[in-house]
Amino acid sequence: MKLKTFPKGTHPPELKDLTAKKPLESIPPPEKVFIPLLQHFGSPAESLVSKGDEVCLGQKIGECKTLFSASVHSSVSGKVLAVDNHVHPGGSLVNTITIANDGQDRISPEIKEKGAHVLEMDIGPDEIRHIVKEAGIVGLGGAAFPTAVKLTPPKDKTIDTIIINGCECEPMLTADSRLMLEYPEDILYGAEIIRLATGAERIIVGIEDNKIEAFKTLKNYVKNASTEIALLKTKYPQGAEKNLIYALLKREVPRGGLPFDVGIVVQNVGTSKAIGDAVKDGIPLHQRAITVSGSGIKDPKNVMVRIGTPFKNVIEFCGGLKDNVDTLIMGGPMMGISQWSLDVPVIKGTSGILAWTSSPYQEYDCIRCSRCVDHCPMGLVPTQLMKCAKYENLTEAENWGILDCVECGCCQYSCPAKIPLVHWIRFGKNKTISLRRKKSA
Amino acid sequence: MPDRNTSFIIQSSPHLREKDSVPKIMFTVIISLLPAAVGSIYFFRFKAAVLLLCCIAASLLTEALFIWLRKLSFRSLGDGSAIITGMLLAMTLPPSLPIELGVIGAVAAIAIGKQVFGGLGHNIFNPALVGRAFLQTAFPVAMTTWVPPALIKVNTATFATPLGNLKFQDAIAQGTLTPLKDLFWGNIGGCLGETSAIALLLGAALLLYRRSIDWRIPLGIIISIALFTGFFWLANPEKYASPLFHILSGGLMIGAFFMATDMVTSPITSRGTWIYALSIGFVIGLIRLFGGFAEGVMYSILFMNAFVPLLNRYTRPRILGETRKK
Repeated sequence: MKLKTFPKGTHPPELKDLTAKKPLESIPPPEKVFIPLLQHFGSPAESLVSKGDEVCLGQKIGECKTLFSASVHSSVSGKVLAVDNHVHPGGSLVNTITIANDGQDRISPEIKEKGAHVLEMDIGPDEIRHIVKEAGIVGLGGAAFPTAVKLTPPKDKTIDTIIINGCECEPMLTADSRLMLEYPEDILYGAEIIRLATGAERIIVGIEDNKIEAFKTLKNYVKNASTEIALLKTKYPQGAEKNLIYALLKREVPRGGLPFDVGIVVQNVGTSKAIGDAVKDGIPLHQRAITVSGSGIKDPKNVMVRIGTPFKNVIEFCGGLKDNVDTLIMGGPMMGISQWSLDVPVIKGTSGILAWTSSPYQEYDCIRCSRCVDHCPMGLVPTQLMKCAKYENLTEAENWGILDCVECGCCQYSCPAKIPLVHWIRFGKNKTISLRRKKSA
Repeated sequence: MPDRNTSFIIQSSPHLREKDSVPKIMFTVIISLLPAAVGSIYFFRFKAAVLLLCCIAASLLTEALFIWLRKLSFRSLGDGSAIITGMLLAMTLPPSLPIELGVIGAVAAIAIGKQVFGGLGHNIFNPALVGRAFLQTAFPVAMTTWVPPALIKVNTATFATPLGNLKFQDAIAQGTLTPLKDLFWGNIGGCLGETSAIALLLGAALLLYRRSIDWRIPLGIIISIALFTGFFWLANPEKYASPLFHILSGGLMIGAFFMATDMVTSPITSRGTWIYALSIGFVIGLIRLFGGFAEGVMYSILFMNAFVPLLNRYTRPRILGETRKK
């Protein structure tokens, strides 16, 4: 059988063996959690608590005030110690609520009232969107886009297909794969809820063929004809939204457009489970599955961890760091963010914590080998974008499609001259966007 | 552990890199040139070895001089690109060429062909071919005096390359056209490294296997010259040689696999690469059949090198989700 896939892309080493067979373990909640008010794409939430307040597990402590935002909830019960700036995995200081854990996990009364819609499916789209918004759910694949927005298609667009993204194409990460193996029913239940919210006809779960066990497991749990589990070729970035849509349905999301434009909503398997949990039990998003891996971690594991747990505690649970570790990453090795401190907390968008010792390499000038062009899944010319960005020729950069770059890193991975292409493209993108804003203002 | 908030490296993603690097690519090319280099020493003996070594040495010295003048790190001398230029230049020279002319060619190749543009990655024209074109213009007689390989005994005074024989000595009518078998194994007159098709193909196989060259370029050139010369051969086999003769003779093999495929001076887009390769084959055919020279590989590659920036600009690949204006 010929597996579905997309053109170009690359094959980094998978490195998943370290944790692929390790079941999810729950980390005991730490003494203190640090819950940033910004854990998502968009504007920060506004704090609802102040120093000295008592909070319950699942209590809403940050309210979203704008469309592109998400509420945050306490992941433990206890006392608010501070609401101030704290280190954040994004790299900057972010307004963060620090809570001392009293160890009792008292559940918020708001939650107890809910939990009515078990498997009845007796709820309407607006109610689902309300629950998802109240539960503070964002895309758990890494980009952390507010999910309620993704479940609200514009009136003039018809959604026909829901894609549940179980590709996990990033090397090293195995948390999504574990979720599919351990919570297949919850994922499919969540998918059904997403289908109800958007009025779509069918659901496709896309899984790369290196996770054949997860594929088989999910297939066993499928109960209706409108849900398909599809096997995809293992290739990076198979899980990138636009490439996944192309691989499964041969539809192209227009430049600058959204999956809505081709009648599709894509959600990660973890997000699907979180939506299911919120609807079924009224539990807001307060924990997530992450992979702690890499050659610098003594005992690599897949863990279920409360949002706001410092990296330090998570790594300690996994045996600690080896000596000489010089690289700490949040996310996957291809798109993750470098960390400089172990004090940063796990946030909603944390899919993994990775550590290793890097090996140095020498940078050369571009020799125009065209490997970046051959591998770019978006059909761009990265070396040209890099040059335009470097010399700040922004009109030219836009002509070459700099804003279409999804920063997947295929170009830089395959560059024999070791040029930091993605860095330059990001720089150019930011410059271009701020120039546009200035022009329109 | 954890109070070690020691120093972590902060860098932009991706955090993984493929193992291939610029020096690795360059040394793959050097290794792939070895069969042809050994072949040239077998066919032309001592002269070939000396010419090869002198050209490589002169290239490296010129490169070093420029690195020193430009106050760069001498580490970049180790990227291997100067060795390739020296080797490729030597392999496109006649075996009888005086050594000092080879050295002049190598200096010109590195200085005018490469370093004045800013070194590796910035040159417009293939450096080795710039060196050869310089010699061709400055010393036309020495550059067109040929000796037979050591294995055959013929009258050296009137000895010509297979293509020269075809063009200027009316070989088809005389019945003296070089047999294809000799072209394939390399027991013919010509430049050092261009004579043996089999030795070049061996090296090319390695390059293709390691993906160090773009397969579209040799394929495009060969298709295009086969079509061009095939058309005239079918029309009048009394006057024109067969496509296979044209593919195996002269500098076509070394040009198609080792010169035109130079990453720096070939297009980066797929469509641009096809246009580039097909045009090279066409121009070679034009020069060989209707031009004033017996051989046209060098000029056609240099000619098409000049179009590469333009080709890159006008053959931008289609971006995912892009609809072309109708």
